[in-house]
Amino acid sequence: MTRLTADRLDAGTRPRRSADPLFRYGAAGCASVVLLLLGGMLIRTTWAAWPAFQHSGIGLVTGTTWNPAAGQFGGLPFIYGTLVTSAIALLIGVPVAVLIALFLSEVAPPRLGTGLGYVVDLLAAVPSVVYGLWGVFVLVPFLTPLWQWMSNNLGFIPLFSQFASGRNFATAGVILALMITPIISAICREVFMTVPTDEREAGLALGATRWEMIRLAVLPRSRSGVVAAVMLGFGRAVGETIAVAYLIGGFPKITPHLFQQGSTIAANIALQFNEAASQPLFKAALIALGVILFGITLLINIAARLIIRRGGTT
Amino acid sequence: MTSLASRRRRDRIMTGTMIAAVLIAVVPLALILADVVAKGIGQLSLSFFTQPEPFVATAPGGGFAAGIRGTIKMVALGTVVAVPIGVLAGVYLSEYHARGPLATLVRFFADVMTGIPSIFVGIFVFTVVVLSTGSFSAWAGGLALGILMLPLIVRTSEEALRLVPDDLREAALALGVRKWRTIVSVVLPTALPGIMTGALLAVARAAGETAPLLLTAFGNQLLVPWTSWNGPEASLTLEIFTNSRSPFPAQQARAWTGALVLVFGVLVFSIAARTVATRRSRRAR
Repeated sequence: MTRLTADRLDAGTRPRRSADPLFRYGAAGCASVVLLLLGGMLIRTTWAAWPAFQHSGIGLVTGTTWNPAAGQFGGLPFIYGTLVTSAIALLIGVPVAVLIALFLSEVAPPRLGTGLGYVVDLLAAVPSVVYGLWGVFVLVPFLTPLWQWMSNNLGFIPLFSQFASGRNFATAGVILALMITPIISAICREVFMTVPTDEREAGLALGATRWEMIRLAVLPRSRSGVVAAVMLGFGRAVGETIAVAYLIGGFPKITPHLFQQGSTIAANIALQFNEAASQPLFKAALIALGVILFGITLLINIAARLIIRRGGTT
Repeated sequence: MTSLASRRRRDRIMTGTMIAAVLIAVVPLALILADVVAKGIGQLSLSFFTQPEPFVATAPGGGFAAGIRGTIKMVALGTVVAVPIGVLAGVYLSEYHARGPLATLVRFFADVMTGIPSIFVGIFVFTVVVLSTGSFSAWAGGLALGILMLPLIVRTSEEALRLVPDDLREAALALGVRKWRTIVSVVLPTALPGIMTGALLAVARAAGETAPLLLTAFGNQLLVPWTSWNGPEASLTLEIFTNSRSPFPAQQARAWTGALVLVFGVLVFSIAARTVATRRSRRAR
């Protein structure tokens, strides 16, 4: 009797059972979309950029002259500009971000820490076009006299000599610093919070001041996490487009002088794409710049995530 | 051996430096918000939301109706594409083979994908959609936004699903409920607030994107009908970008008002996401 019921139940539910694998394969398929997209991006864009790779070869990376009208597609000035502006951004942004994270996680009372954490997160939520707009109309007029002053008084250092324009490497670096600080700071805060309270208390119990406790217990344990945070910030700075397009001047040039106009990979794609629409080779060259940008950021992000993952498992 | 006094002094100096660092980050935020409000509020009126840019672009008046509509259309399309795929992917990562090779790989590359420059996603969609259809379109723009939203939604959904206590799953399975049914009617509803938080944050991020739309939606001064998706489309961000690069005061003024509307919208979504999240954690407690 019970056997019969069980059989009938089974029979009744059997057709529905097929929904289980279906759902599972559906979910697996959706998960695979992420991988397919990344692979598809790499293949499709490389293919579209192929004419430019054929035309200029390694010159796309090493060439110093970008003159589309003459068919010269040297991407080095853009790579240079990207690295210089990102370096300035890291130089300013990393110390500030780490100090903010330390303040929020170690010094501020928990309530204030959470509240200020929200405010810093909001900085990350401001769209880059707004940073660009504000940068052009407020930051440039504010920084220009400062750059001029530095150029006049510190001009013996080549970096600061030959002021040319308020829109330059340095200004773009400053706006990038503002944009990546909240990102780095948020990750650092999470990293610092994983340090066991015991170790903090042990430090304090031995008579360390709070700063000594931070140096002895918090920072050494967080080194790899902070490195990963910095790399993620670097990746963001490298790929940032619109705010830099506003502030860099848009002129491909390799120069040590930070107060001169330059350009970056991402900004140049945004600024020249319209122009290139009717010229297949020019367009392919811009897409090729995009592939180079993708390659750089992919490597940075993979390295950062590997560091984070290794830190998480040990 | 340093004296206690100098160690204490050093501690105070470092604390002071930390507070200075917080100010360095918070003061620009306050300035940006203040400037956006101060320079944008003057032209803010109902017609800013209902009228496109004037036919003669340098004339005052008019609004960003075209861009606001375009942003709503394309973000909506991006959400419709990214949320179902992203949530189901999150289900796979959390409910099936969470430690399996596919899940590990997807989790890793979803994180990597959040760091891919948005302009590159624009290039990708340009090569796939714009080159093959021969036209910039709202389709292309919405798809680019969907691709940008996807990894965020995958990861936030997974995290939200993981917070669902195993007791609930076991209770459902013990009652003889099928696994898929358990997921659909027990696990997903419980994780809904967390999934919503992720989706709202993704929407806020997508609405603020400019670079990928430049290569896919292109921009348009004219108001495109809600049902028309095949031609160039404006977005709020694109209109801010083009107008602010103009030397004419009327256009610059519109750009500031556009920025005010955009910042306000993005902040509302970010704060809404936060509210959904805190309400959930309070209930859990």
